[in-house]
Amino acid sequence: MLAKRIIPCLDVRDGRVVKGVSFQNLTDAGDPVENAKFYDEQGADELVFLDITASHEKRKIILDVVARTADDVFMPLTVGGGIRTLEDIRDLLNSGCDKVSVNTTAVHDPYFIKRASEKFGSQCIVVAVDAKRIKEGMIYESEENWFNDAFLKEVRLDLSPITRHPSPVTSLTWAISTHGGRRMRLIDAVKWAKKMEELGAGEILLTSMDRDGTKDGYDIELTRTISEAVSIPVIASGGVGTLEHIYEGLVDGKADAALAASIFHYREYTVKEAKEYLKARGVPVRL
Amino acid sequence: MIAIVDYGMGNLRSVEKGFLKVGVNAKITNRPEVIEKADAIVLPGVGAFKDCMRELTSLELTDAIVGAIKKGKPYLGICLGLQVLFSESEEFGKCRGLDIFRGKVVRFSSGNLKIPHMGWNELTIQKQNPLLNGIKDKTYFYFVHSFYVAPEDSSIIAATTDYGLNFTSMVWEDNIFAVQFHPEKSQAAGLRLLENFGRIVKSR
Repeated sequence: MLAKRIIPCLDVRDGRVVKGVSFQNLTDAGDPVENAKFYDEQGADELVFLDITASHEKRKIILDVVARTADDVFMPLTVGGGIRTLEDIRDLLNSGCDKVSVNTTAVHDPYFIKRASEKFGSQCIVVAVDAKRIKEGMIYESEENWFNDAFLKEVRLDLSPITRHPSPVTSLTWAISTHGGRRMRLIDAVKWAKKMEELGAGEILLTSMDRDGTKDGYDIELTRTISEAVSIPVIASGGVGTLEHIYEGLVDGKADAALAASIFHYREYTVKEAKEYLKARGVPVRL
Repeated sequence: MIAIVDYGMGNLRSVEKGFLKVGVNAKITNRPEVIEKADAIVLPGVGAFKDCMRELTSLELTDAIVGAIKKGKPYLGICLGLQVLFSESEEFGKCRGLDIFRGKVVRFSSGNLKIPHMGWNELTIQKQNPLLNGIKDKTYFYFVHSFYVAPEDSSIIAATTDYGLNFTSMVWEDNIFAVQFHPEKSQAAGLRLLENFGRIVKSR
């Protein structure tokens, strides 16, 4: 039986892991390779490096990080952040990365996903969907002429539910956001996820921007709605504070994988503990 | 020396590094003469069957690969390297494979199943073989694929995996070993399998 995946995520800036605390077992807490090995020993199913390097000149550093990690750790590696061109993807795959996660570039140019999946195969193209519940007073940006495209017009956000559900808590409509949740787009997240699948995405990395960093748990309604809407795997992300949250995301949210950063990073739980907890509650995991 | 065939598809670096990690000498090549001289062949790759066959043909590698297999050299197919051993694929219209084994490559039918079949799944061993030496039944390996092989001759099925149905996740006949999963991405169990292949090559 296919196991539900547990995926630790590491934020990497200029080739160093950020926002971590020092691990006892690590000689260098900021080294992504040491961190990757640490998660490997705990039985992580995959690893995600989120490259938050701001400066353009330093962007190549991640290639060295991936290459050094892939020399030692034999599990799937995904890199997200700053991917703009097919060359960026090729360079990452050649360094030993298995999948890339694309967010902003897909919003600017949705057909990039089609070109990328045709060139490299759907299995290595993950689309990161950052979703936020709509509420009154939100301001939306949209690309000029973006919705002139008949195909893309279909994902345009319908704002009428706001009048029926003025509270974001009861609204079951999510919009796409970019820039870490600071900017909203006039794009319906559920329809967007389906379009991304049509264009060749092999997997959706779904983050609730309402929950990200809160430790209140995944947005279960969002996770379930998108998981049921697409036939490609969905990774739940954003808001994990307890092991029960992971259980809820996988079982109630029907996600195929659970991504978490801080609970593993700050050593509140190990990946192994998370899996033992899930197994005890009847979730198929690899132990 | 083991030749890892490079035809521009998939993460070859991981396969090479995996062999290196377990002390087996393997070399990435796209030249037929290197393949002909090699002691064993590894054909990795993810992606589309048709593209794989087209690239192998345009690099004039098919004869070298089939020749090596027919000479009895150990062959390890990974993912697409398993699928192309079969007669034909139904992916994007019919496409001929290397035709080493009779059978088809078919797509998982959707429904409730997520496609691709992506993640860690268990191997149910049907036929013990040297590649699985030291690997227990129900060990997890990492899979990522949308198509699976349906051999006509069930005696070549070495392992199956449950994803909506029990599909063939490993075949074995004499010198030919091929797996649907990715040993180079399957942590300790995957490295063990690569090490076993190295031993098979050495013992010849």
